[in-house]
Amino acid sequence: MGFHLPKNFFVTGEPMIYVADVLSVLTIAGIVFVLTYYKKWKWLWDEWLTTVDHKKIGIMYLISSLLMLFRGGIDGLLMRTQLALPNLHILDAEHYNQIFTAHGTIMIFFMAMPFIFGLMNVAVPLQIGARDVAFPYLNAVSFWLFFAGCMLFNIAFMIGGAPDAGWTNYTPLAGSDLAPGPGINYYLLSLQISGIGSLMTGINFLVTILKMRAPGMTLMRMPMFTWSVLITSIIIIFAFPVLTVALALLTIDRLFGSHFFTIAGGGEPMMWANLFWIWGHPEVYIVVLPAFGIFSEVISTFARKRLFGYGAMVYSMVVISAVSFLTWVHHFFTMGAGPAVNSFFSISTMAIAIPTGVKVFNWLFTLYKGRIEFTTPMLWAVGFIPTFLIGGLTGVMLAVAPADYQYHNSYFLISHFHYVLVGGTVFGCLAGLYYWWPKMFGFKLDERQGKWAFWLFNIGFNVCFFPQYFVGLMGMTRRMYTYPEGLGWTPYNFISTVGAYMMGVGFLIMVYNILYSVRHGERDLTGDIWNGRTLEWSISSPAPHYNFARIPEVDDLDAWWHMKQRKRKQPWELRPLKPIHMPNNSGRPFIMSIWFFIAGFGLVFEWYWMGIIGLLGVLYCMLKRSFEYDDHHYIQVDEIERTESAAGRA
Amino acid sequence: MEPFRKRLRQWLTLIGLSAVLLLAGCSREQYVVLDPKGPVAKQQYDLIVWSFGLMLIIVLAVFGIFAYVIIKYRAKPENKGYEPPDQEGSKLLEMIWTLIPVAVVIALAIPTVKATYGLEKQPSSDRPPMTIKVTSADWKWIFRYPKEGIETVNYVTIPADTPVQFEMDAVGPMNSFWVPSLGGQEYTMPGMVMHLWLQADHPGVYQGRSANFSGKYFTHMTFDVVAKSPADYDKWVQQVKKTAPKQTEAQYLKLLERGLAKKMTFSSYPKIADQAGLIGDVKGIKNQMNRPKEPVTGTMHHHAH
Repeated sequence: MGFHLPKNFFVTGEPMIYVADVLSVLTIAGIVFVLTYYKKWKWLWDEWLTTVDHKKIGIMYLISSLLMLFRGGIDGLLMRTQLALPNLHILDAEHYNQIFTAHGTIMIFFMAMPFIFGLMNVAVPLQIGARDVAFPYLNAVSFWLFFAGCMLFNIAFMIGGAPDAGWTNYTPLAGSDLAPGPGINYYLLSLQISGIGSLMTGINFLVTILKMRAPGMTLMRMPMFTWSVLITSIIIIFAFPVLTVALALLTIDRLFGSHFFTIAGGGEPMMWANLFWIWGHPEVYIVVLPAFGIFSEVISTFARKRLFGYGAMVYSMVVISAVSFLTWVHHFFTMGAGPAVNSFFSISTMAIAIPTGVKVFNWLFTLYKGRIEFTTPMLWAVGFIPTFLIGGLTGVMLAVAPADYQYHNSYFLISHFHYVLVGGTVFGCLAGLYYWWPKMFGFKLDERQGKWAFWLFNIGFNVCFFPQYFVGLMGMTRRMYTYPEGLGWTPYNFISTVGAYMMGVGFLIMVYNILYSVRHGERDLTGDIWNGRTLEWSISSPAPHYNFARIPEVDDLDAWWHMKQRKRKQPWELRPLKPIHMPNNSGRPFIMSIWFFIAGFGLVFEWYWMGIIGLLGVLYCMLKRSFEYDDHHYIQVDEIERTESAAGRA
Repeated sequence: MEPFRKRLRQWLTLIGLSAVLLLAGCSREQYVVLDPKGPVAKQQYDLIVWSFGLMLIIVLAVFGIFAYVIIKYRAKPENKGYEPPDQEGSKLLEMIWTLIPVAVVIALAIPTVKATYGLEKQPSSDRPPMTIKVTSADWKWIFRYPKEGIETVNYVTIPADTPVQFEMDAVGPMNSFWVPSLGGQEYTMPGMVMHLWLQADHPGVYQGRSANFSGKYFTHMTFDVVAKSPADYDKWVQQVKKTAPKQTEAQYLKLLERGLAKKMTFSSYPKIADQAGLIGDVKGIKNQMNRPKEPVTGTMHHHAH
């Protein structure tokens, strides 16, 4: 107990960290200055920090995850720079260990997850003809918890010291004996806070999709992205509690001296690996299934064909989600499980390739006989097929347990999971970003620049990761901060680094593309700029805050496509407008996340008084919410009419 | 059936191997995983090549369809008026592309299960097997020869053409014991003994390293496996017994502390060395030693108080 400042509260001694300190302070000062100078504080509060509008929450998720893609990308580039040539000393071992831990953790938890959540928020309610998610206030709480966790993780390397046990954080390495200090605490508490938000998102979207679909939209008429989100939500609900428990147990070990994972106290270090991967393997599908959904939407839109084998696509996802819970031991075939266990998990892992293969062929046959337009979102979707195929098939090779004894933890594995995570999830996120961008903002991102970004990123990606298969077969393992000459690894590493920089340039072009298009992008006046198939394209762009003036009635898959083909108005389109019930904005989710941050920060440094104050603040916010009665309002008909006619709709 | 399978296997091995070598730029020795020097690594290598061949067939087929489809059906000014058909799907086609992967998985699963069980057994050899005990500590490898009573650090000498069972445990973090030329790895963990069979066909020096991140100097956790002819091996053991120093308890405990170590050779090791990996951390070992009357037995899971 008591208050004591650690010896190095502010991390010192690393020039790179001083630079980061200065840049961070300058960025914050710059943001404060701009907001004050342009008198935007009230706007920020009213329009964004207190919003419960799923579209705005989605946009905030996307901004955060793009920032984290930048941060995680810089970490990746630093690692690749250090490994470009043998015996380099740009980074020392400790700094390198912190950087790869940050890279993995950030890319999974603070880039891939929020990117997916952002696109879910933007698109799902629009695709099912709903006016919001089921629990808009909870949705805001989810976002702000993610944000608080993310910020807590990001300050670690400047204040107190970053975690350095890898994103998998295996015990006993991550226990208090071998890793004293705040580093691992940061990992545990920031993931705990954002993980609670993720779990709530899962619940929110499960209920939203089950309860809020437009009349006539049966489950088998739902757009494929919505289907993928439904299944993902179910996986989240089953998987995340395991992470919550694992993180809590290790936190209790570290803070209060229990021995769940320490051998000397009768604990079991291997239990961490089990719990982590019981969550961690389904997590892979949490981030990749929605990407599959996006590819299905994009491919059928730009092939101008309905999705081939819709039913099989749905069932294959259901099978994948079930089997994803039965494969976690393949992450540690080499931890002494018997041959029966290894054989079982070998086969269950290979089995995932069957439904996934069905999906790949269905995509190919959606393209077959289509009229394929290579817009930027379509490029990302089409680029995904060969990349993911290589990633998936090397995954099957890794599933062969005895072969995995040779690949495990080598660069062969590194290459495999980057091929599936970048080639699957990141390509999917970017396809979705370009695809739904006009719906979010009312203008299109410049196509020419978008294509440049795609080709640079895609080629760079392959140049970066393909050689890693070979250097893995040469015996190079992950997380080595340097390597000697003479092993034949140098050319592969050098090429790999060149590819990484190409990806970086691709990313910068994408950022420029956004900035350029804000001013010069093609304005979307129709609301249906891609000639889309699903309901989100039936309303104006950007979508009005109530989404649908009249709730549509659906009688087929690809509802909007069929409505367009019928050309005459449906009975529901002629009904009179009615006042729309909407939730009120609230500042409490934001304020609550600050209390969570305070609690988390206190516990990182084991300042229990601060942890307790933070948790009391959280409780107080919840209490206040329980007695809030004035939490909704109605949008009157005349306002709806005004909004609709301003968007050019009768 | 059997000759057909054999021929298919040979054929796939050939494509797989040539593709691997072609892509890899041909100097085979540097691809340690693809250049097995013993029966364990050879068995794993065969599976790698078999799975690679199967996967390659799928890659080529899908890439072919993919290229054909996106070139043939791209939007061109000539097909501007073309209205794509409203296809729902095809049960027959979907059956086909479900059953083909099922067949591939079966073709892969059978040798996988066979090899998984096979690798638990001693690799075949005329010579009787031997056991070497391995303890990983941060950041070094300690090898004990129970029959000979000697100990080496950061290198291990083994007789060629002899199956060696490594019995592994750890003090401190987990590591993974990996000698790619001789065969795939196994984790070393505190509080648990793991087994790994390896065998070198010929004398030579093979590099080993830890494949599981274990902290600051993990990168430098390498060791050499020196395989000598059986006669040379026996000579080496005799020489170690005669010339190498004995290892005291204090020296052993010092060795377990965090830090790097050079290659070392000892003609004996203290009793506590056999228990260290089960106790799992340096503090725990010291505590045990301060309680001399209580015998140190088994894993710590059951010590009664």
